[in-house]
This record gives sequence, structure tokens and C-alpha cells, in this order.
Amino acid sequence: MRKHKKSNVAYYFLLPAGILIFLFFFLPVILTILISFTDMSSVTGFSNWSIVGLNNYFKIFVHPDSLHIFGQTMIYVSCTLIFFNVGMGLLIALLAYHLPKRVGGFFRSLWLLPRITPAVVYVLMWKMLAADAPYGVLNELFRVPFGLPTTNLLPEHAMLFCILVNGYIGASFGMIIFSSAIESISSDIMTSSLVDGAGIFDRARYIIIPQLRWPLLFVTTYQTLSLLTSFESIMVLTDGNFGTEVWSLWSYHKALNNYYGNFQYGFGSALSGLLVVVGIVFAIIYLKYFKFGELVKEPLIDEI
Amino acid sequence: MKNKKQPIELNKIIIFIVLLILSIPIILGYLWLIISTFAEVTHGLLPVDRNGNFGGFTLENWNFIFEKEVWLATWNTLLLALFMTVGVVAVSSLAGYALSRIKFNGRKEFLSLTLVLHAFPSITLLIAIYFVLKFFSGIPVLKLFMGYNTIGGVVLVSLAMQLPLGIWLMKGFFDGVSWDVERAALIDGCSRFRTFWNIMFPLVRPGIAALSIFSFMTGWSSFIIPYTFLSGGAGHEVISTYLNSMMSSDTISINYNLLAAVGLFQLIPILIFYFFNQNYLMKIFSGGTHGGV
Repeated sequence: MRKHKKSNVAYYFLLPAGILIFLFFFLPVILTILISFTDMSSVTGFSNWSIVGLNNYFKIFVHPDSLHIFGQTMIYVSCTLIFFNVGMGLLIALLAYHLPKRVGGFFRSLWLLPRITPAVVYVLMWKMLAADAPYGVLNELFRVPFGLPTTNLLPEHAMLFCILVNGYIGASFGMIIFSSAIESISSDIMTSSLVDGAGIFDRARYIIIPQLRWPLLFVTTYQTLSLLTSFESIMVLTDGNFGTEVWSLWSYHKALNNYYGNFQYGFGSALSGLLVVVGIVFAIIYLKYFKFGELVKEPLIDEI
Repeated sequence: MKNKKQPIELNKIIIFIVLLILSIPIILGYLWLIISTFAEVTHGLLPVDRNGNFGGFTLENWNFIFEKEVWLATWNTLLLALFMTVGVVAVSSLAGYALSRIKFNGRKEFLSLTLVLHAFPSITLLIAIYFVLKFFSGIPVLKLFMGYNTIGGVVLVSLAMQLPLGIWLMKGFFDGVSWDVERAALIDGCSRFRTFWNIMFPLVRPGIAALSIFSFMTGWSSFIIPYTFLSGGAGHEVISTYLNSMMSSDTISINYNLLAAVGLFQLIPILIFYFFNQNYLMKIFSGGTHGGV
């Protein structure tokens, strides 16, 4: 009797979460796929559309911009990932580890600032770093004193700035994960290697990094997906101008936000549908390979 | 021995300098923001007056404080952050409690689902979510507080996106509470819900605090969701979108020092929260937030 009652009560606890997850995750995934099979746009409206099958996906394939935007996306994702989310994250974690605790902690806090700063404010800072003299900080500090010509750096090096802006946010994720992984390496190994005569470079190379294999893999896969799909700071920074339109931003522009007011919901959904599929595949890979199975084990005691 | 000690100290200085150089953009960005706020014009990092001479310190950039528009946006931001926080905490702790303490059919599936969603980039669903909100807008009473172009709609979407993290976090905190107190209450005939509300909820206060602070900061800073689902214009703006429209306006010449002041205005509460809660936040961030890279 009582047991039966108990197994029902759980569903009341889960009901609010369930409804929200249904409305804003499940339903949208299905809707994205369904809409991508239609020609719905602001021309057809919400009532006059028709089903066009895989036509939108075929359109992506032959679209003159596809290849270019795909290439931009690859450059953006791989450079940010390699140099910042993984590379810089690891570098900051390693360097901060070798400093006294308070100083190291200071740098870790400093590097977390870009992540907690509201995106628009953060991008504003970068815009002003890049701006032309006399306002731009980089121009005023590093070019004017040397008599070098100045210009607004953003349009000229747009992709570089997109990578920097996102990289300085992204590095902190790896930094935190790597820092705690380094801290957890047994201090015996850490000191004995130095006693044995390894320098701190050798120790980083032969002792620390090999121990970070799992965190490295985790950060790499997790951040690949984030970078592939997030476009917020690029949108505020360049809005996709100067060759910085990436795939996720392209889909957003097509379906929800462009100057022409011609919203192609079907085509946009097909673009983001591809990302949704990639997202699902990645998410399932995490579940399989990062031992999440252990995390979902049964509660220990529950038998009253 | 002597030789060995010295290079280590030298190493530390070199490491410090390298870290400092790598951090330059962050430091410069923040310096620019703070200096510009209090200057008439800023040349690089140098506060100057309108004629270009050093000086020009002023508070006039903060005159925006007296404009109604800003307070409307601030009010909306506050509503968004607060309601989202209350919602995330309530919904996540209910679900987290059930997942941590109750055995039921589908528990494992629900937990796996939470994890998959945690990794899943929800930002890709914006187009479809637009349709969901448009659908709410077609329902007579509902449309007033959860449709497209309402703060309520934005709250709901933001809330839902935080749930995978929130549920997972709260489950972890409930897992950490000893079973004894709860068992005593249940044996005495306390209902599951009363046990949750009177006994367990107070015990996970640190978790609630951490999740609240995190949610509030997320709501307060959020840009892309309000930007997409609010039409903009009076009464339909939050600080982020307000600042963005000032930043990208083509018509009036942009006053960067005013932008800096509005930016700092949005940033101050975030910095205060961050300063007092760094350790909590570090832990949550490593639990993996998505979006924002």
C-alpha cells in the first residue's frame, strides 16, 4: 500500500520540471525538425506553407554561401578551441599552480571575469580595445607612441577578434577543470619529481599533462559543441559582418533576425536542425564515455 | 643547494609576468570601462576633457540614471532575474529531491535525460521556441503573461534552459544530506511533501544559495533570449538589449563614455555577487554551464 503511494508521489515532484522540459526542449527539437521540412517563411505566413520534404537540406547543399560559412565556422571553432579553451586554459592552470596560493587564486578569479561579465558589456570593452585612435585602447597604447598608422582593428581582423573575445571567455572553463585536476595529483609525485631533479617544465610535460588526459578530452568535446552552437558574442561584436558569419548565427539570421525582414523559418530550421543532430550525438557520446552511468545509480536507502 | 633555490624564485617572477601579459586584454578592458565612466572623453585609457587636455573628470555620464527608460529596462531585468531565480530554485529542488530520495519507475531515464540536456546546446532551439511562444500568444489569457514579447515568456524560456544544471546541482546537494533526519520524519508519518518542505529544504540552504546566486547573475546578464523574444522599444527591453541598441545605433553619434556608464551600471551587482561568492561560482562553472562558450 504505502510503497505504491510512494512511487506516485515522485511524479508530482517532477511535474513542473517535466512540463518545462517538454515545452522548451522536447517540443522544440521536434518542431525544429518538422519546420525544416516545410517552406514556412514570412512570405507564406504561419498558415499558407506547404511541406517540401528534404528540399531545405538540398538548398543548404547548393547554397553559394554554405561552403564559405562552413569554412569560417571550422576556423572559428578550431582556433578558439585549440588556442584558448584548451591551450590557454591549460597554460593558465599550470602557471597559476606554480605561484603562491593567493597570487594564483587572484589570476584564476581574474580569468573568470569575462565569463561573468554581461555579454554586451564585455563585447563593448573589446570594441573599445579595437577602436581607432584616439579612442581605441590598443591603438593609443601600442601604435600611436611608435608613430604607426592607426585604424579600427575590428573590421580588418574580424575573425581574430571573434576568436579572442570568445577565447577569453572560454579559457576559464578549462582553467577551472584543469586546476582542480592538477591539485588532485598526489603531492608525493609532484615533490619527488622535483627532488629527482626534474625542472618545472619537465614536470609539467612528463608528470602533469599525462595525468590530465580525461579532463583534456572532456573539455575538448564539451567546448567543441559550445563553440559550434553559440553565437551571442559574435552577433554583438560584428553581427556576422567582415567574414565572421558562422553556421549558428547564419541560421539565427535566416529565421529570426535580418535586415530584410524576410524570415525563412524552414530554411533556418534546417540549418539549426543539423546542429541539433550534432548536439544530440555529442550529448549521447558524453553519456557513454564520461562514466555518467555511475552518476545515475539508485538512491541508497529508500525502503520505508 | 644554494643554486637550486634561486632559479625557483626567478621562475616564479617569470611566471607572474607571463600571466600578467596574457591577462592584458581583461585588465585593459576593465580599466577602460571604469575610467571612461568618470571622464568626458577617453583617449585610450587617458581621461581628457572636450578639448583633449588631460582631466575632464565628470559624473555627467551617469545622468542616464534620471531617465525613465533606463529604469523601465532595469525593472524588467530585475523581474526577469528574480522570477527566473525563484522558478529555477523551486522547480529544480522539487525535481532534485525526487531524483535523490525517491525510487520510482523511470528515475534512471529522467536522470540520464537531465544529463543529456545538460550537454545539449539549447541555443540551437531558439527558432522552434519562438514558435512555442507564438503559440502561447494565441491563447486568450495566457498570452498576457507567457506569450511572445512578454517578460513572463522570457522568464519561462530562461528558467527552462537553467533546469538541467539546476536539477543536477540540487540532486547533488540532497544526496549529501544524511538520511537519518528524513527517515525519522517519514516514520512519524510525515508526508513526502512536508518532509521535503519542513526538513530537507532548510538543510540544503547552501545549495539553494549557490543556485540562486548563479541564476540571478545569469538572468541579470542575459542577452540573447530577451533580445530574441522581446520586440524592443519602451517597456520591452532589459538592460542588455537597451545597451546593445545604444551601441549599434547608426543615427546618433555614439557617446562611448555614456555606454561605459550604462555598462558599469549593469556590471556592479554582478561584481558584488562575484566578489562574495567566488568559490561557489567556480564550482558551478566547472559543473559545466553551456552557452556563452
